[in-house]
Amino acid sequence: MNDIVAEVLQGSVRAMARLITLVENEDPRALRIMGTIYPHTGNAHVLGITGSPGTGKSTLTDKITAILREREQTVGVIAIDPSSPFTGGALLGDRIRMQRSAGDAAVFIRSMATRGNLGGLARTTADVVKIMDAFGKDWVIVETVGVGQDEVEIAKTADTTVVVLAPGLGDTIQSMKAGVMEIADLYVVNKADRSGADELLNEVNVRVEQDAQIRKAPWKPPVVKTIALENQGTDSLVEAIDKHRSFLRQSGKLRRNRREKTRQETLALLRDEISRNVLEKVLGNGRFDALIDEIVAHKKDPYTSVQEIVSTIFPEE
Amino acid sequence: MTAKKRIKVIMAKPGLDGHDRGAKLLARVFAEAGMEVVYTGLRQTPEMIVDAALQEDADVVGLSSLSGVHNYFFPRVVELLKEKGLGDVLVVGGGIIPEEDIAGLRKAGVAGIFGPGTRTDDIIKFIENHTSRS
Repeated sequence: MNDIVAEVLQGSVRAMARLITLVENEDPRALRIMGTIYPHTGNAHVLGITGSPGTGKSTLTDKITAILREREQTVGVIAIDPSSPFTGGALLGDRIRMQRSAGDAAVFIRSMATRGNLGGLARTTADVVKIMDAFGKDWVIVETVGVGQDEVEIAKTADTTVVVLAPGLGDTIQSMKAGVMEIADLYVVNKADRSGADELLNEVNVRVEQDAQIRKAPWKPPVVKTIALENQGTDSLVEAIDKHRSFLRQSGKLRRNRREKTRQETLALLRDEISRNVLEKVLGNGRFDALIDEIVAHKKDPYTSVQEIVSTIFPEE
Repeated sequence: MTAKKRIKVIMAKPGLDGHDRGAKLLARVFAEAGMEVVYTGLRQTPEMIVDAALQEDADVVGLSSLSGVHNYFFPRVVELLKEKGLGDVLVVGGGIIPEEDIAGLRKAGVAGIFGPGTRTDDIIKFIENHTSRS
């Protein structure tokens, strides 16, 4: 298995694609593989693109990629679409808007299905980011599923989060709400040629001003107007992304943010590991179903039972 | 639903014909059957299709052609897949394929050819039976 990691580090696209599948399938070997990948990560700038369905995330991703390629930067793209909660299948349709990059060996596009994860990403997206980073991509762009209001996981994965909005999807109150509107390092008002675009731009600017009054922050999210299909405003967007990237580096915020992300990721891994271990022990000895019978018969209660189980596995010293 | 291997399909229309109702329907049919389907859309070159298969680590490439270009495009996709070390990817095709072309396409490495009127269940079964990773 270390061979595949070596191949990825040497630049084999095939090996990277295979490795991503292993990680995506949560193969038992994945943890060890990610352990060997980890030392090679931390160089890519991770750009998150999020927003409601149909706001133009994929098209913007395509245009941003093209601009980065003009600068001879290499780009990995992860495009996420939802899995069906009923069949588990998925129709992954983002790639269709990313045709400009087709045939460019310096661009690697991977579609991912959410596989039941609800935060706007797949469970393993952060690991796939690391694989592309280790492979040597200068930029990794993560396009989330079309989000509603509450899917903010991207902010934990990306260095720079772009929230894409389009006119016609709601009134002022929408832009005042919590959730997605709170995670933007940059706002994009896309489809700016449609009616309602100026009103939306104004609303978002008002929100940004309100935020600045409510709490002092060293970074004020810019609001960029684009018509992605016609490539209008996309240069300004990438300039704004550059500015945020410089801000992160110069202010030390990049280091602080990544430390916090590392802390959260490590905690999550620890939680997974503990629950896997504990559940293996609890479910492995065959007494669990007997316990459930007793609880159903009201001879025991679930609250005390759980405490008892945990204290036998982790006896107090 | 997590941690389960799923069949990954690239659904593509090579060549210049602009009719993708069949391809889109099948993309949905495969997704409903629990597969993860990357729909790449119209006017794909064999190179684009194979690039997508490579990056997506696809198990299956589904090709649809209604304009009579299948005898060039389908074998070309198979050939390019082999060149890239993706010889284990299952290639299936559909659309308007004359009876007399089928044997040649099979010989060229297109594992399954499905013309109009094929039951979608049969295509799903064919794919499930011919992919090792399902």
